[in-house]
Amino acid sequence: MASVAIGSGEQYNYDVVRKFTIMALIWGAVGMLVGVFIASELAWPFLNFDIPYITFGRLRPVHTGAVIFGFGGSALFATSYYVVQRTCQTRLLSDGMASFTFWGWQAIIVLAALGDVMGYTQGREYAEMEWPIDLLIAVVWVAYAIVYIGTVMKRKEPHIYVANWFYLGFILATALLHIFNNLAIPVSLTQSYPLFAGAQDAMTQWWYGHNAVGFFLTAAFLGMMYYFVPKQAGRPIYSYRLSIVHFWALIFMYMWAGSHHLHWTAIPDWTSTLAATFSIMLLMPSWGGMINGIMTMSGAWDKLRTDPILRFMIVALSFYGMSTFEGPMMSLKDVNALSHYTDWTIGHVHSGALGWVAMITFGSLYHLLPKLWDTKMYSVKLINAHFWLATIGTLLYITAMWISGIMQGLMWRAYDDFGNLQYSFAESVAAMHPYYAMRALGGLVFLAGMVLMLFNCYMTIRQAKRVPAGGLAASAA
Amino acid sequence: MFDHGKIERNLGLMLVLTMFTISIGGLVEIVPLFFIKGTVEDVKTPEGIGMVRPYSPLEQRGRDIYIREGCYLCHSQMIRPFRDEALRYGHYSLAAESQYDHPFQWGSKRTGPDLARVGKKYSNEWQVQHLIAPRSMVPESVMPNYPWLLTTPLDTSDVADRMAALRMTGVPYSISKAEYDNNVKEFGADVAKQLHIPDAKKDLIEQAQSGNYDGDASNVTEMDALVAYLQVLGTMVDFGKLDNDSFVKFR
Repeated sequence: MASVAIGSGEQYNYDVVRKFTIMALIWGAVGMLVGVFIASELAWPFLNFDIPYITFGRLRPVHTGAVIFGFGGSALFATSYYVVQRTCQTRLLSDGMASFTFWGWQAIIVLAALGDVMGYTQGREYAEMEWPIDLLIAVVWVAYAIVYIGTVMKRKEPHIYVANWFYLGFILATALLHIFNNLAIPVSLTQSYPLFAGAQDAMTQWWYGHNAVGFFLTAAFLGMMYYFVPKQAGRPIYSYRLSIVHFWALIFMYMWAGSHHLHWTAIPDWTSTLAATFSIMLLMPSWGGMINGIMTMSGAWDKLRTDPILRFMIVALSFYGMSTFEGPMMSLKDVNALSHYTDWTIGHVHSGALGWVAMITFGSLYHLLPKLWDTKMYSVKLINAHFWLATIGTLLYITAMWISGIMQGLMWRAYDDFGNLQYSFAESVAAMHPYYAMRALGGLVFLAGMVLMLFNCYMTIRQAKRVPAGGLAASAA
Repeated sequence: MFDHGKIERNLGLMLVLTMFTISIGGLVEIVPLFFIKGTVEDVKTPEGIGMVRPYSPLEQRGRDIYIREGCYLCHSQMIRPFRDEALRYGHYSLAAESQYDHPFQWGSKRTGPDLARVGKKYSNEWQVQHLIAPRSMVPESVMPNYPWLLTTPLDTSDVADRMAALRMTGVPYSISKAEYDNNVKEFGADVAKQLHIPDAKKDLIEQAQSGNYDGDASNVTEMDALVAYLQVLGTMVDFGKLDNDSFVKFR
């Protein structure tokens, strides 16, 4: 790995990495704030205030868009641009194109949010953006691919480092998914109809939806993990062989698993059986990644006592292992019969999104930020506080959703002594209230941690600007 | 012995192999669905008239509003073949019932109940009141109020354009006389009239006025369209006229 002096602005393009890092933090706070608000709307529906623009139905895509593409996407751009330069020991292919991906991506997030609020939507989960935004995404993504692949091409190392495999897989898969899921016939700038209908559309959408999770939120973040965990732990990756096997297995199997979102629906049975089979098998490569990450700590476990950044990473990997066990279990048709359509799914997503994606990002950005600004973090105590808020918030959230989800599933299928349904649907809604309140609280705690991070990072950058560059360089590893 | 280093040192090879690896799953699972006939059932009356028809202009505009408001984020439109769902919602959903749905709206979450067969279950008056103030009808509900639907006139200016776009995706809306005649054969004369794009706006207003969905026949509001859509959901297939066992082979 790179061993070049920190802060060599001429050798590497850190400018675009800095910009994406800042926006990841901001979109994280914004997206989570919207999340807490819509969670509160479900607990206390008066919060919709009879205003069309802020109803749950319109704000939910704002939440998912801001956290997945704003927070997650910006963090991936930042870390991938950093990692590819460091591991290839070369500067990005083109500063201009890298800068274009920054401004283009930010425009996409803002336009998508505005479109959602206005009600301009394709009605496809996680792909609500209308076709002009989709075209912009395609253009930015092509530029991203060119910059990334071009940078790998001019690497000074003969081998492509494992983190880059995952980032490359993510870039290719996202392009493929985005194009096929968004094929549509436009009516006007703000309206279009998808090319496919019914069962075929459902399959396409969940092929996209599940692999948005598999590649955007998993493979790419594994790329992040493969660089920042060994760096922060000061240890090499546990097993090279394991990384090879689990990389190819992961990217192969994920693409088959999408239709487990459609168990018991009007798609042919064989597709959902295939999806369930591959989902079960997916446990192996998923845990391969988790084991490779956690075992990288061998010989450095004592650092967990003093280093909250490393703690973020280990807890992230633990949540990754947990949710990639839960996922295959939920893809079993019998379990899915209970869990589908309930809050259990929401809980599962958030154990992955908060526990894995957000936490590995927090850890990586805390590692990255001081390097980018050539300084030390303003406060390690605040990182530690953030760690506990994030962990407690996640646990509150997923516990609430487990209880409410399983309860919904059981109430819907409960019979009385005469074989009639025991509960009306409305009764199950009423029973959810305490858990919806608890979920909103969990989200609020998690958001509080995010705000702490924002403050901590702001102070770090401010302090870096006061001290002339290089003044604190001795502290950077 | 296989040497992975060859791939690691050759970016082109790595990209090609990655692309190949990620393409297989989708190719095997999705592409056949466009060609296997059994994916979508052929649901016809004994007289050979197709039961599932494209939406009328008013219903389609209502569907647009359903999507605009993000209803699919809390309501599914897909009944699974379980006893409890049969008791609560009715016959399990057929693929045929969403064959003209661009996009599909099966949903993934039931914060509220499934709507696949909500049509005709409640009166128009109930639906309107429930959309304006859900908790006045169902105290436990957490649904937002949608009062603006009743006061916002429906934009009918581009209804023909919308149908034309849907026609391009394969929905059998007619433009020419030949297409119209074909629809008469396929769906019967009453339905075929509703699917004729040149008359879209006229048909829309006619249906809104005769249906009087929002309780005010003097204007066409977004409420008219949305309620017209809700009232048609799940009502197209008459299961009384069909042999139930005939569906088993499709699932």
